[in-house]
Amino acid sequence: MLAARTCRVVAAGAGASLATVLAVLTGVGPAAAAEEGHDDPLGYVVDLDALDDPAVVAEGRRLYQRGCVSCHGADGVGAPSGPPLEDAGAASAHFYLTSGRMPAAVPAGAQPQRKRPAYDSEEITALVAYVASLGDGPEIPRVHPDEADVAVGGELFRQDCAACHSATGGGGAQSYGRIAPSLMESTPVQVAEAMRIGPGQMPVFGPERFSDEEVDEIVRYVQFLQEVGDPGGFALGRIGPIPEGFVAIVIGLGATLLAAFWVGKRREQSHDVEEGSA
Amino acid sequence: MSTDRDRPSSPPGRRGTPLTRRTVRWLDRRVGAAGMARKALDKVFPDHWSFLIGEIALWSFVILLLTGVYLTFFFEPSLEKVVYDGSYEGLRGLEITRAYDSALDISFEVRSGLVMRQMHHWAALVFVASTSAHLCRVFFTGAFRRPRELNWIIGVTLMILAIVNGFTGYSLLDDQLSGTGLRIAYNIAISIPLVGTWIASLFFGGEFPGPDIITRLYVIHILLVPGVLLALIGLHMGLLVRQRHTQFSGPGRTEGNVVGERVWPTYLAKGLGMFFLTSAVLAALGGLAQINPIWLYGPYEPADVSTASQPDWYMGWLDGALRIMPSWELRAFGFEVPNPFLQAVLVPTITFLLLFLWPFLEARVTKDHAEHHLLDRPRDRPVRTALGVAALAFYTVLFFAGGSDVLAVTFGIPINVLFPAFQVLLVVLPAVAGYLAYRLCKELAQRDQPGGEHHAREVAPPAPDSGESHRRDVAPDDTPERQPAAEAGGKPRR
Repeated sequence: MLAARTCRVVAAGAGASLATVLAVLTGVGPAAAAEEGHDDPLGYVVDLDALDDPAVVAEGRRLYQRGCVSCHGADGVGAPSGPPLEDAGAASAHFYLTSGRMPAAVPAGAQPQRKRPAYDSEEITALVAYVASLGDGPEIPRVHPDEADVAVGGELFRQDCAACHSATGGGGAQSYGRIAPSLMESTPVQVAEAMRIGPGQMPVFGPERFSDEEVDEIVRYVQFLQEVGDPGGFALGRIGPIPEGFVAIVIGLGATLLAAFWVGKRREQSHDVEEGSA
Repeated sequence: MSTDRDRPSSPPGRRGTPLTRRTVRWLDRRVGAAGMARKALDKVFPDHWSFLIGEIALWSFVILLLTGVYLTFFFEPSLEKVVYDGSYEGLRGLEITRAYDSALDISFEVRSGLVMRQMHHWAALVFVASTSAHLCRVFFTGAFRRPRELNWIIGVTLMILAIVNGFTGYSLLDDQLSGTGLRIAYNIAISIPLVGTWIASLFFGGEFPGPDIITRLYVIHILLVPGVLLALIGLHMGLLVRQRHTQFSGPGRTEGNVVGERVWPTYLAKGLGMFFLTSAVLAALGGLAQINPIWLYGPYEPADVSTASQPDWYMGWLDGALRIMPSWELRAFGFEVPNPFLQAVLVPTITFLLLFLWPFLEARVTKDHAEHHLLDRPRDRPVRTALGVAALAFYTVLFFAGGSDVLAVTFGIPINVLFPAFQVLLVVLPAVAGYLAYRLCKELAQRDQPGGEHHAREVAPPAPDSGESHRRDVAPDDTPERQPAAEAGGKPRR
């Protein structure tokens, strides 16, 4: 009897621990502070002043010949397995290299994923300088989120970004296996770049759609989403009713069923009988 | 005050009588309820843990009422615009409605407002979940059979009302998610042939988003539906007491008696225990797990929509039905029947109609119109069990289809693969699950038969360690010599 009860208590304890573990696993912690360094909170990574230096461009060309040419072709003219880079510009190169999406770990045509950058800051500077020298692409945008109104940024974000990246910035599904990635790790510069260059399926939000000031506001709001805590407890991934329903059924109903089992299973030594008229 | 309190103890004759007894006597002389209370407290309830599932629902509802009353002190159901100036930085300075503004205040300014809001929401999810589990228990054990058809109908009504009230609560806060839900509800309403636009316009007070909708939802959510729920729960339990609770068959248990524990003291203590345990679970969820962070979703703007907009879980099957329905265009009597009508109106209508009618359908098919106070074991009714399992599989597929976009991102499966997969599963899985359930029932029932694999153990006197075995009573129900007293010394059966 004692053993059985102990088992039950252990089971209940295990359920509770499982709940905690699940909550921790599915929860989004406070956004990771930019690992690139404390002196670069906006995520520039590269040395912006060095991009015009011919020596740096030459170094970039050397790196390009080694790591990029097989897909993007000589001098960025493009190849069957990769798009031309002639007008990609510093913004595109910077976006793809600092977010680790290039060099891609997936076959051509598939969506490259965010991962640890393959190159260090100096190499990225050189590659960006080289790609920028190939043609007339957009420059790396300068962002000033500190001066922007976060609430206005939120309004813009919900109008034009939430439909794919979700109101919480957690990302979402697109058709044919594509996803709009989570923005929880994006640096301010990457957010601004993505708007200006429109990587993958993302539309280009050029200056005629968002002024530089509005870009700053959106960048500020994404930063805010990354920083803001979850006053309600475990965030459950901030993806709304699906994990909530999962927790309600598995943990809420599960725990109360265990309670019912525990309360209902214990029996008196004798029974009461009520004779009915049926 | 102190003199009032001191007075009763001053006459020397009453000194020894406990206060409780005096209070009860005082009440009885005025209300005369002692006889009724005696009868109620002596009532015997059969003991099986699954009979407590309904109590989880009951106590969740009590928590809903308690937390809900607290929330009404602070919530303002108005679409009037105000400028948000609360403590949440991400929205400060925006023009939002009073409804959303007061919901944000509950979350950030009101003392213990957020934990109350979260407990309320978790309790709502668990309320519907435990109601569904209770419905499954009643269905698979045949507890709905005569004379309890009426209570089954009340129970199904309770479940519908629980879902309705959950949805109205979800829709009340005027955040982006609730507005998106209402937008879908509006479109479902206008999909009803002939009368749809009229119904939608009457209910919303005009074109979406109508000016009246939040006020109306509020009255429905805090007064109308809870009132009906409360009355029907009372009726549900009143009928349960009046008709006696069903019990599983077993030694000493007949169609004519109830073997179990009296309300006083055992069952009352168990009920109270369930209340505290249910409250504890809901309070823990409310305090530890964030639910519906409306501040992240932002105020509702009809032109905006966020990806991964889902309803709460109990509406998930309807959302799933909307998502995976092929885009068929039906025409009837020269009119276009809007596509959403089939999944969002016909599917729930047929679902609940079947549920309402099930006791009568089953009685008609099995020609079993007798009264039943002893429960079936699911294995003894393989057809019913198989049909129930098939239906559960059907709604589970719809439910998962409702989360298709989240599944796509989480598991990296293209959504264009998920949709056809769900369409196929919706047809195949119920059939497979139903067949498997049927085979399993047959197999288990066969083991119980005399001559079956485990027959020897079944009829053997209870071995000291057989407390957990599923021994079935082999004696006829009304054998007089097998009285519970004889069983009392033996080991517990289950």
